[in-house]
Amino acid sequence: MEWINAIVQGVLLGGLYALFATGLSLMFGVMRFVNIAHGDFIIIAAFAAFTLTSLTGMHPLATLIVVAPVLALAGYANQRLILNRTLGKDILPPLLVTFGMSVVLQNLMLEAFTADSRRLQSGALETASFQVIDGLSIGVLPLLVFLVAVAVIWSLQRVFYGTGVGRLLRATSDDQTTVKLMGANNAHIFAIATAIASFVVAIAGVFLAMRTNFDPSIGPARLLFAFEAVIIGGLGNLWGTLAGGILLGVAQNIGAQIDPGFQVLFGHLVFLAIIAVRPEGLFPRIKA
Amino acid sequence: MTDMSVEKPGASVSRATRESKIALPILIVLVVFLAAAPWWAGRADMRLMVEIFYYLVLAQMWNLLAGYAGLVSIGQQAYVGIGGYMLFIGTVFLGVHPLAAVIVAGVAAAILALPSGALLFRLRGPYFAIGAWVLAETFRLIFAQVSALGGGSGMSLPTDIVRSIADGRSAREAVVYWTALGLAVGSVVAVYYLLRSRFGLALTAIRDNEEASGSLGVNAWMTKFSIYIIAAFVTGMTGALIFLQKLRISPDAAFSVNDWTAFVIFMVVIGGIGTIEGPIIGVIVFFVLREFAADWGSWYLILLGTVAIVVMLKAPKGVWGYVAERWGLSILPVARRLDLNSVLDPSRKSRH
Repeated sequence: MEWINAIVQGVLLGGLYALFATGLSLMFGVMRFVNIAHGDFIIIAAFAAFTLTSLTGMHPLATLIVVAPVLALAGYANQRLILNRTLGKDILPPLLVTFGMSVVLQNLMLEAFTADSRRLQSGALETASFQVIDGLSIGVLPLLVFLVAVAVIWSLQRVFYGTGVGRLLRATSDDQTTVKLMGANNAHIFAIATAIASFVVAIAGVFLAMRTNFDPSIGPARLLFAFEAVIIGGLGNLWGTLAGGILLGVAQNIGAQIDPGFQVLFGHLVFLAIIAVRPEGLFPRIKA
Repeated sequence: MTDMSVEKPGASVSRATRESKIALPILIVLVVFLAAAPWWAGRADMRLMVEIFYYLVLAQMWNLLAGYAGLVSIGQQAYVGIGGYMLFIGTVFLGVHPLAAVIVAGVAAAILALPSGALLFRLRGPYFAIGAWVLAETFRLIFAQVSALGGGSGMSLPTDIVRSIADGRSAREAVVYWTALGLAVGSVVAVYYLLRSRFGLALTAIRDNEEASGSLGVNAWMTKFSIYIIAAFVTGMTGALIFLQKLRISPDAAFSVNDWTAFVIFMVVIGGIGTIEGPIIGVIVFFVLREFAADWGSWYLILLGTVAIVVMLKAPKGVWGYVAERWGLSILPVARRLDLNSVLDPSRKSRH
């Protein structure tokens, strides 16, 4: 029974990882761009929510009304002002600029919030759970996170396949140059994609802060989890990213069940095994 | 290529530049001067210089990967860590002399790089960069599980092994210093000759156009893979040297992404990626900044990261790239240059 429990909790944890990974997956899908600072932006969202709750006493979930639009705007500005300048055939500028951002952001957060470990208190939601069968209970918060991940991906699919913006984003993903010839403004489209990704980053950050302890240094590890989920699931496929997140969560929880020191290690090993046998991921939709 | 007109008397293809001819004797004198440091430098200065030397090697290797082979990696700390741990495994469990263990560490890192590289090369571009990071983290977590090596808290090098390096503290420090100097000079010379060889020509061809170079018989995969193995070998030796100086190792210190990759990336980017001189300048800039900003704590890293971002956006060739372009300098030239002016206008002799 404890193994079934580990797997079920792993699936729910996978929901959080899918939230981490969705922004990364989306930005790569649209502009073939990998943001090394992705994990640090998640932690910034967590600290933003933390600051808001401690200043105003509002519920952690309510902070999303402020944090998500602010991060989306910041994402748009960051793409327009800085990241767009790094795009091109050379892979060095985007990697090194966002790597620099990652180090700068971590240390700015360290100065602003110290290295103390924090957590967003969400009252009754934190401990609420219900028993499915004897020996297996599901926490309300982990379930909520998982359902939000599904809802976010479902909504994004609706945006991609049902709206004008989505059509532009998909067209850009297929052929940037032609979309430009058709009169679209690539700089704006890229920034829209980053804004949407940052909106999801905000959701991921707030839920991370409610589920686990966080401090300024844990961003890079979240980037690695997000990256693993994207690669395992297959590039350019958001449902695949959800599957990748779930597989990663289950692998980590099975590892933790064997020995607490194996949790993250098992996730990495599953990722390495996937690139050994299927480097394009389980459900790829676009080519790297 | 079949046009023989450039073979007219007066036209010449050369690699040496005027400044490289002047610089060579100066560099040799500098190396001799540095080699004599145990007789003129203080203890603290020598420790600092060892640190500068090993960062120079790490920077040269990262630049060889990213600047010449197009392999941007955020995972080279894997080989620093493996090299460091091989020093401890080799000396404590296999009874190898510490200096021999430095070479053993390099060989072990290169051997581990074979399957690692084959796996990572399945990922392209940015995915290779982060995949390499995942692999380094995997090694860190595995070493943290080995209780014989102290697990997560690590271990110290036993005193009898420290004593076996050389007799007396100053002799030991001199040996570590010479090893570091040897690795630093060796890595610069090795990269210089590597890039001037057929191998370097292949790398340049791949960088300029991978498909076209393939049609001319350059095996891009094999060329890059070889560079990856060479970098792992040298980085592994450097890792052993680093922990020969520190005398204590732990998984977090051995596989630190900040210490062994972030700093190194900043050095190479600021100094000038894709040149041999760039990493040298970058290391100097890094340590000069550090002397000034020693008490700034995290503000130092914020400054360094910001400078690296600005350099990448505004002057992607770094300090040396700017200097070289502005004044047409090349101290360690690896490119062939064609001198046509003497043909076009025999009365004028100038250089481009």
